[in-house]
Amino acid sequence: MDSHTETAELREQFETPGQQKEVSTLGMWIFLVTEVMFFGGLFLAYAIYRREFASAFAVASNTLDVVVGAVNTAVLLCSSFTMVLAVRAAQIGSRKALIWFLILTIVLGGVFLGVKAYEWNLKFEEHHVPGPSFHLEGTGEQGPAQLFFSLYFTMTGLHALHMIVGEGLMLFLLWQAYAGKYTPRYYTPVDIGGLYWHFVDIVWIFLFPLLYLIARHQH
Amino acid sequence: MITEAVEERETYLNASYGIKSWLLTKDHKRIALLYLHTITFFFFLGGIFATLIRLELLTPKGDLVSADTYAKLFTLHGVIMIFFFLIPSIPATLGNFFLPMMIGAKDLAFPRINLLSWYLLVIGGCFAMYAMLAGGVDTGWTFYVPYSTNYSNTYVIATGIGIFIAGFSSILTGLNFIVTVHRMRAPGMTWFRLPLFVWSNYATALIQVLGTPVIAITLVLLIGERTLHIGIFDPARGGDPVLFQHLFWFYSHPAVYIMVLPAMGVISELVSVFSKKAVFGYKVVAFSSVAIAVLGFLVWGHHMFVSGQSVYAGLAFSFLSYFVAIPSAIKVFNWTATLHRGSISFATPMLYAFGFIGLFTVGGLTGLFVACLGVDVHVHDTYFVIAHFHYIMVGGTLMAYLGGLHYWWPKMSGRMYPEGWAKLSALVIYLGFNLTFFPQFILGYLGMPRRYWTYPDEFQVLHVMSTAGASVLAVGYLMPLIYFMWSLRYGPIAGPNPWGATGLEWRTASPPPAHNFEETPIVTTEAYDYAALAAMEEAKVG
Repeated sequence: MDSHTETAELREQFETPGQQKEVSTLGMWIFLVTEVMFFGGLFLAYAIYRREFASAFAVASNTLDVVVGAVNTAVLLCSSFTMVLAVRAAQIGSRKALIWFLILTIVLGGVFLGVKAYEWNLKFEEHHVPGPSFHLEGTGEQGPAQLFFSLYFTMTGLHALHMIVGEGLMLFLLWQAYAGKYTPRYYTPVDIGGLYWHFVDIVWIFLFPLLYLIARHQH
Repeated sequence: MITEAVEERETYLNASYGIKSWLLTKDHKRIALLYLHTITFFFFLGGIFATLIRLELLTPKGDLVSADTYAKLFTLHGVIMIFFFLIPSIPATLGNFFLPMMIGAKDLAFPRINLLSWYLLVIGGCFAMYAMLAGGVDTGWTFYVPYSTNYSNTYVIATGIGIFIAGFSSILTGLNFIVTVHRMRAPGMTWFRLPLFVWSNYATALIQVLGTPVIAITLVLLIGERTLHIGIFDPARGGDPVLFQHLFWFYSHPAVYIMVLPAMGVISELVSVFSKKAVFGYKVVAFSSVAIAVLGFLVWGHHMFVSGQSVYAGLAFSFLSYFVAIPSAIKVFNWTATLHRGSISFATPMLYAFGFIGLFTVGGLTGLFVACLGVDVHVHDTYFVIAHFHYIMVGGTLMAYLGGLHYWWPKMSGRMYPEGWAKLSALVIYLGFNLTFFPQFILGYLGMPRRYWTYPDEFQVLHVMSTAGASVLAVGYLMPLIYFMWSLRYGPIAGPNPWGATGLEWRTASPPPAHNFEETPIVTTEAYDYAALAAMEEAKVG
């Protein structure tokens, strides 16, 4: 029975299940490298303009609510933790635990996105969205201040987009886990789904200080 | 026994039938053929734009098309040829078909992703063609801001989305190749037994994976700037248009090596097979591919010498650009050294290889002219630059692509192409190419700027030569199209190894079975070990 399920999951281009797992994992790591380069372009733009317009960026950064941001960071870190537990559950073949940890991960991801939506909405109400009605108190440099918020929206927006894709992946894993597809011999999708989830988490770990914390000492 | 002999052998081409068996195939060989059709289409589409450009430039006055139309023509020529022909060309067709076979694998690591990447190229191409049919795009293939974001009234966004999507096709091909080379090699196929075509495609894949995401984010920002005025490239908000150029060239310079490195890999194969000698200095040639990939990321600023970037940055970029000449020259010298005392055959693929070596050398040496700060100020934005990169892209990549296509055609189709016609077309292409582009070096040096649809009367002789050459070139490109199709039906049947080559792809039938090999090959010799091949043949006969 066991050997049957094993060969059923082995795709025809591979010789062994071990090779198949290595290939999938390496593929995901390389994909994450491309993601680093993708976000890298934005971080470069941020670094250049932050250096050029330090004071406008400081004023703009201080309008973000650091408490909400910190809570959201904690939520996301917890979701990474539940993701690790989900992978562990798959490893030891505990289907029930796997399902519950995936659900928790999805819920925490949803909370993060909800809080993000709340924060974005606040920016719209405060006229902090770049455009004709933009206004920021406390700085004469309205242009560079808009640049900060353009970067804020682009970076957090692309991050949120990656979160939404991640939620989709988690739902897929949940569906497969519910159908009992994952065993201690075969749980590669859970493993590489986890890699993706942690990556998106790490991007936020960089975004949070760069966007929220650069000028806290001036408060 | 007799029925067995008569019964048609199963190959990847007849393993299944119907349009669905092609559109949903996971076989890397079939996907390679899908790519082959797609990029052939785009090549001739881009060729139509080139034809119109050359026709307009036949006379000094703008009498065929308006200035606006001319701008759209050269933009679409560049966009189609670069993003939809040259970048996928060798890796996605010849690489897709032969990289798994050369390392003794049954398929690429991710066959479904391989199919997805073809669909992405097609979808991206549809966006680009929508832009073309809806009214075109006139920014030049470089999309420089602020023109592309604030002033152009053409279909910048649709074209940008098309390139964005096609970029993911390129990324996924690169990802697939890297994983395949790392994890799918047959027993005994060590890194230093890999054919050099595999090494060069591996190096290319590194650039695809590291560079392409940067053009993706650049296009996202460009589209954001054009639609939402986010200000990243807008000086009115403190943004910097030069940042766009940095981001753009951070990909688009390495992209030159995405286009030419696989070509170099093809040439290594051809030079070895048709002189029946191992490539001189195998390891150095292998590492020079990786060196080009790495150095390629450090030289983007040489496109921006007159953009207002710091003089010191210009100096550093100029200095680093010269370094690219070292691994490139190593390759040229080693190919030449391989020929020494070889048993040289002048079959069509070898003619293309000779063509490549000569034309690439001219393109590479003129690259040193434009890498030199002082000289570049004079020739920047002139036909000198146009001629330079066409010597690399057309004289280099396209010659190698055609050489590779002729070389592997018997394996892909099971039939030989007509040698006489093929030799003639190689000659016509070589002559036509030089007649088209050599005059452009002189034009550029005399001061003819690029992207103009009119010019002073004294440039006409050179422009007429160039247009005449382009006509010859067009004939040269149509010939293979016709005789390749002819050969599918009437070409002589090719054996498994018509060239006496050493690669694993020649140890299986032509065309190969669906799973490439009857049984997984075990590799016991270095690449290009012709003595071992002869011994093996002898043992088989004995």
